[in-house]
Amino acid sequence: MRLIWTALCGAAAFAPGLALAQSEIRAAVLRVDVQQVAPVSRLDLPPEDLGIAGGRVGTADNATTGQFMGQSFTTAEVIATPETAVAELQKLIEGGTHFIVTLADAATTLQLADAAGDTALLFNARATEDRLRNEDCRANLLHTAASDAQLTDALAQFLMWKKWDEWFLVEGSRPEDTALADAYRRAAAKFGAEITESRVFEDTGGARSTDSGHVQIQAQIPVFTQRAEDHDVVVAADATGWFAAYLPYHTWEARPVAGSAGLRPQTWHPASEAWGGTQFQSRFEKSAGRPAREEDYQVWEAMRALGEAATRSQSGEFATLAAYIRGPELKLAAYKGQDLSFRDWDGQLRQPILLTSGPITTSVSPQAEYLHQVTQLDTLGHDRAESKCMLTK
Amino acid sequence: MARFSALLACSLLGATPALADRVFVSNEKGNDITVLDGTTFEVIHTFNGGQRPRGITASPDGKVIYVCASDDNLVRVFDAHTYEELPSLPSGPDPELFVLHPSGNPLYIANEDDNIVTVVDVETRQVLAEVPVGVEPEGMGVSPDGKIVINTSETTNMAHFIDTETFEIVQNVLVDQRPRFAQFMADGSALLVSSEIGGTVSVIDPATAQVTHKIEFEVPGVLPEALQPVGVRATQDGSKVFVALGPANRVAVIDPATWEVTDYLLVGQRVWQLAFSPDDKYLFTTNGNSNDVSVIDVATNEVIKSVQVGQQPWGVVVVAE
Repeated sequence: MRLIWTALCGAAAFAPGLALAQSEIRAAVLRVDVQQVAPVSRLDLPPEDLGIAGGRVGTADNATTGQFMGQSFTTAEVIATPETAVAELQKLIEGGTHFIVTLADAATTLQLADAAGDTALLFNARATEDRLRNEDCRANLLHTAASDAQLTDALAQFLMWKKWDEWFLVEGSRPEDTALADAYRRAAAKFGAEITESRVFEDTGGARSTDSGHVQIQAQIPVFTQRAEDHDVVVAADATGWFAAYLPYHTWEARPVAGSAGLRPQTWHPASEAWGGTQFQSRFEKSAGRPAREEDYQVWEAMRALGEAATRSQSGEFATLAAYIRGPELKLAAYKGQDLSFRDWDGQLRQPILLTSGPITTSVSPQAEYLHQVTQLDTLGHDRAESKCMLTK
Repeated sequence: MARFSALLACSLLGATPALADRVFVSNEKGNDITVLDGTTFEVIHTFNGGQRPRGITASPDGKVIYVCASDDNLVRVFDAHTYEELPSLPSGPDPELFVLHPSGNPLYIANEDDNIVTVVDVETRQVLAEVPVGVEPEGMGVSPDGKIVINTSETTNMAHFIDTETFEIVQNVLVDQRPRFAQFMADGSALLVSSEIGGTVSVIDPATAQVTHKIEFEVPGVLPEALQPVGVRATQDGSKVFVALGPANRVAVIDPATWEVTDYLLVGQRVWQLAFSPDDKYLFTTNGNSNDVSVIDVATNEVIKSVQVGQQPWGVVVVAE
């Protein structure tokens, strides 16, 4: 209690010009961890503070602004399992926290949204599945994680710009890989690419690049990709990063790889320095001691949407803030060169997608040539007319 | 005799070619400073500017050039005539932009990574104060009477009014997203703050700290998202305001009587900062992606020349002779 009081005193001292009621805005980051096969590269191992670290930077940013507004920001950090997630969520809500950023798989995200009801606003900062933005959308669930459709459309636009319109689709055998491959099939149809062949990469549980695994991979991948129909590019659909990294340089034909390896569509990348991005990178790295991941950036976006709503609406009320965040007035600056906002039909944050290739950002979609009657950002993902979400229809 | 004087003058000119205005351009990626002749617009010199030189300004007497060497975490100081480096000034971490008090001292520096404005005495090279401001402080402006310094914070989206005597914030004005630059009209009647992502320039009444007008931009055939106002400069006589529009590759000309945009001038790519010649005859623009400087004739609104400079030109200042 004394800590809070100190913060408020500081706020009062710094708020000339904007005479405001003092308020505390409480949020939480709820991460639900599941046991997963380790990624192909140890560089991709999840850090312990994945996502949480982005929340810390976002909260600090909000607090700095808040000192001029008479607003303080606190963020709880909770790590749960799928079994304990709902109970943890309810604890947060009962404790008076109504803005909750979730880092969970699609099924758990839905469970959480259903458990929260209309007493909380949830930000999905991890699950990319399109169904969460369509048939399984929820009125209390916004998404700062890009949808599979946004990501695959972003890559498709670039490949079409390159005139690489014949794709060899390699998809993993797991259900989430199939969902991602479906998104690539949709993107191909939307932008006029042809999937000349698709093959399923079976998870047989072997041949990792440890020990002598690379010898097997060097033999297996060429054989797996042999005698495919003519194609310009190999598009990999691997939702959890368990095989796609094996594809570049091992394909039978000398073709570039894109999608889950090679040229990757991502909301964020630690090398992005355009549009002031360097400032986010150095702020984050100073705070977390490591480069930022997509999850960190997506949690940060959610925190900043809340902070921006608090600053602009000059309110700490749940209903006021939630309405502002969803509304057309939200103009979120997030180092993407234009303002971002949530789509009113499915709660998805519209945002440019970086196309990254290892050390650099190779391109950013939407590509300039794809025009739109409202905003070019809506050329990525499910547009109003094609959405199966009934939030505003 | 008259003829002799003229000859003498000519030979003196030849010996010291520094008798025209000189334009100093900081090259963010090239880590150097390009010097242009302010009359012929030729490159006359290039010198090392430290790591990631961005903000650049000159002492009122034109003798000293100050450069924010962002990655060196200090302000580098140069003799404007000999280009020799003088002792550096402390700046706090990651200095991006700064403004000199009209009297020539102190220097107010925005520390982008640390949410502070550092005040430095340029004579004693001592830090006089560190003023906590919003997230990502960038734009720095000073009122003509020197009483108020403005800092804009890019993620907090405010213009902070700092009292130059007490070093305390006396007003905060919320503006549109990502405020980049603050510029007072020469008579102090208005403060202009550009918002890069908001796409506007806020006109603020310094007396009331209220936004009285918002200037918006529209160019046929250019996507609205590309119209990103950054650098702002106003002529001494208050007749024209120029706004650099970043990736729109244009400079907007504004009539301060109505705050209407009267013209858009096509310049180089990603135009960021602007500086007038001391007589307000020319306006120089830094074009970060085409690595050049455009020269605008202020009276006619014509872009008369572009000059290739170093890698990613960022800031510009002109020194009179």
